[in-house]
Amino acid sequence: MPLDLIASAFGPVQQEYLLEARQMQAMSFVAHIPLVCFGVAFPALVVFAEWRHHRTGNPVYRTLARRWSKIMLALFAVGVVSGTILSFELGLLWPGFMAAFGDVFGLGFTLEGFSFFIEAIFIAIYVYGWDRLPPRTHLLTGIPVILSGITGSFFVIAVNAWMNNPSGFRMENGEAVDIDPWGALFGNSYLAHEMVHMYLAAYIVAGFLLTSIYGWQWLKGNRSDYVRTALTISLTAAAIAAPVQLIVGDWAARTVAQEQPIKLASFEDLQETTKGAPFDIPPGIEIPDMLSLLAFHDPNATVTGLDSVPPDDRPPVGIVRASFLTMVGIGSLLAALAAVFLYVRVRRRRLPESRWFWRAAIAAGPLSVVALIAGWVTTEVGRQPWVVYGVMRTEDAVTGAGGIPVGYATLAIVYAGVLAAVIWILRRLAARPLEEDAATAPEEAHG
Amino acid sequence: MAEIPIILILVGLAAYTVLGGADFGAGLWELTARGERGSALRDHTHRSMAPVWEANHVWLIFVLVMAWTCYPEAFGSIVSTLTIPLFVAGVGIILRGAGYALRAGSSTPREEGRISLLFAFSSILTPFALGLVVGGIASGRVPVGNAQGDEITSWFNATSLLIGVLAVATAAYLAAVYLAADARRLGSDDVAEAFRTRALVAGVVAGILAAAGPFVLSSDAPDIYDGLTSGAGLVALLASGVAGVAALALVATRRYGAARVAAAAAVAAIVAGWGLAQQPEILPGLTIDEAAASDTTITAVLIGFAAGLAILVPSLVYLFRLVLSGRFDPAAPRPGPSLADEAAAAADPSAHSSLRTTLATGAVTAIGAGVTFVSEGPLRSVGVALMIGGAVACFLAVASLDEVEPSALPFPTPERD
Repeated sequence: MPLDLIASAFGPVQQEYLLEARQMQAMSFVAHIPLVCFGVAFPALVVFAEWRHHRTGNPVYRTLARRWSKIMLALFAVGVVSGTILSFELGLLWPGFMAAFGDVFGLGFTLEGFSFFIEAIFIAIYVYGWDRLPPRTHLLTGIPVILSGITGSFFVIAVNAWMNNPSGFRMENGEAVDIDPWGALFGNSYLAHEMVHMYLAAYIVAGFLLTSIYGWQWLKGNRSDYVRTALTISLTAAAIAAPVQLIVGDWAARTVAQEQPIKLASFEDLQETTKGAPFDIPPGIEIPDMLSLLAFHDPNATVTGLDSVPPDDRPPVGIVRASFLTMVGIGSLLAALAAVFLYVRVRRRRLPESRWFWRAAIAAGPLSVVALIAGWVTTEVGRQPWVVYGVMRTEDAVTGAGGIPVGYATLAIVYAGVLAAVIWILRRLAARPLEEDAATAPEEAHG
Repeated sequence: MAEIPIILILVGLAAYTVLGGADFGAGLWELTARGERGSALRDHTHRSMAPVWEANHVWLIFVLVMAWTCYPEAFGSIVSTLTIPLFVAGVGIILRGAGYALRAGSSTPREEGRISLLFAFSSILTPFALGLVVGGIASGRVPVGNAQGDEITSWFNATSLLIGVLAVATAAYLAAVYLAADARRLGSDDVAEAFRTRALVAGVVAGILAAAGPFVLSSDAPDIYDGLTSGAGLVALLASGVAGVAALALVATRRYGAARVAAAAAVAAIVAGWGLAQQPEILPGLTIDEAAASDTTITAVLIGFAAGLAILVPSLVYLFRLVLSGRFDPAAPRPGPSLADEAAAAADPSAHSSLRTTLATGAVTAIGAGVTFVSEGPLRSVGVALMIGGAVACFLAVASLDEVEPSALPFPTPERD
């Protein structure tokens, strides 16, 4: 079969349910991304706790590390399946995208597969190896879990960075030719900031969610060493990542301003190209020149407006703008909360006492998840109408198969069940007496 | 060059059938285990599979990824036509994994039984659905293009149904052999015998289905039939048959280790036979050569693959050595308390970071942040490196600061709400 015939077999199809297909994909990402945060950040916190036990001999660190490692494994198991679904959906919903560009970005997933494999292997060794491996060996088996969590997300983000800022190929008669997969994935100016941004987000989300759980116990009056240590580790991680995230966010926004000006314009619903563009904060506060200053670090810089492209080439501005403001707003609040914690921790050598601090800290967990998802909506809905920015439209990538609403509804029910299950597991694990994890006597590895 | 990835895909498919299949089969045995004795069988099944199931599932991801990277148009055609069984398989995989995660939270046999019942049926669904997919491809029902094949008959046909049922039986068989060997290692002879019986039953069923295969194929998928009954395809088919019979004989004589190898060989041979029978076409009218990505892409994938394998193989060997040597068994001798105490004895209770270190790491982070904020290009990279390195050091320092009032109690008095 000649090449051009193959390419034309993947020409645009009629798909009534494009929006549902996008929502279905988005729903799966929303389910998966918080788990990714735990996959990336949790191993480092667990290994840190175990390392502190080795350093100080304080058994509370060991109890904490053991307890957390079981939660880590349960969340990893759920993350494995939600991640598998994503790779199924890439093909099931977007066969046009895969057929046209699988050979450009697929390398990233091949490498991610290996990372994931290594993570699965060592997470099992680490969790089942408590008391069965010599302590130092056990600590060391945690290191590959940390590293493969980082590399795994690195490769996936490389693919996302490529979708937003594609390079490493040339289009010829609807076919990608002269493909340079290494350059496409790793020679991309979007990769570094997306990676660092997501990585910090992982620590913020994992840290603040753990804080929510233990902060609740703290507020109820549980001031045990166990709760204090759990809070110290999780809050410190989140509190250092949150202020740094502001700087990385600025870096990301400046890169977007250069490479995806229409996406930037939709952050602020900027209709016309403007020199010294203002920044609007709802409800109705306008700061002159601020958008230019934020996007280009120059109050007089010219910011491209939405009207520079036809309406068909603009993203759904309302969603993008709302998500962007949500992310920035929550991110700033989290950074402020972080500053309070760091001050008290370093200056007073203790956890904050104020009940208001703890109420805010408990709210920070769910809010950080909202910010995380809002951030992904900003970057991915902001990429629309393109699946490969400026190269392939989402409507040309979608499947021609029917039944998308049925699949969407089925998956929504399944995810609701899995969410209920995860909450049930976490409550059950938390209800187990701590002595079970403190015991140096033989104890059943149950999980 | 164009054929290398398809060989790796078939190897991955065989590995997934053997390892992931054993996992799904284990779910099937959990489903059928009832009562007091059933509880023992379920416990054993769960304990044997839990440390390895995630690793077993990565093979499927590997097959998918290799397919879409190296044969993108063929992949797009297959998934868009065979959407329904693939979606069903995906849902089955979610339920299977959720079942494992849920077990971590269950604490009574009654709960465990319910979870097994609730989720184990997905263990039948998934291999069956994936078998339907293989049947659709093998019988030439997937034309090139976006959803160009029939949404229903592409997988609802004699070949698909045969391979689907065969996949379930094979999974049940592989699981029973694995679990019997594992039970004997643990010294639970009655559990081992129970799984031996199950292995023999499942093995015979799988054998009968496999023997019926040629008759179904000859009318429903003549091209594959011709390929499997001549030349190299015939050799593979016969090898698979011989290995399958040998595996059954080995189970009957309780040589489970060798039986596992023979069963894996039977699976590998039939997968190879499929590849040999279908080549040079990957889909009707589309040869492997035409479907393959450019040499640059395939070379890149192979380099990545080799590098990944160099790390993966030792890791996998380490895991399976620990599992198969019984280090994770409940009754295994533990280095346990003595070693933990040893580590604790070497520790220094006053090992805390100083305020000076903390402030220094904070300063490095702040300087890095400042440089990142004001600069672009290479200088910004330096800033980012300083900022991230500083943040990591700062975390270590702040989290290790000593506290003012260390309480005497390591644990709270248990408090339930």
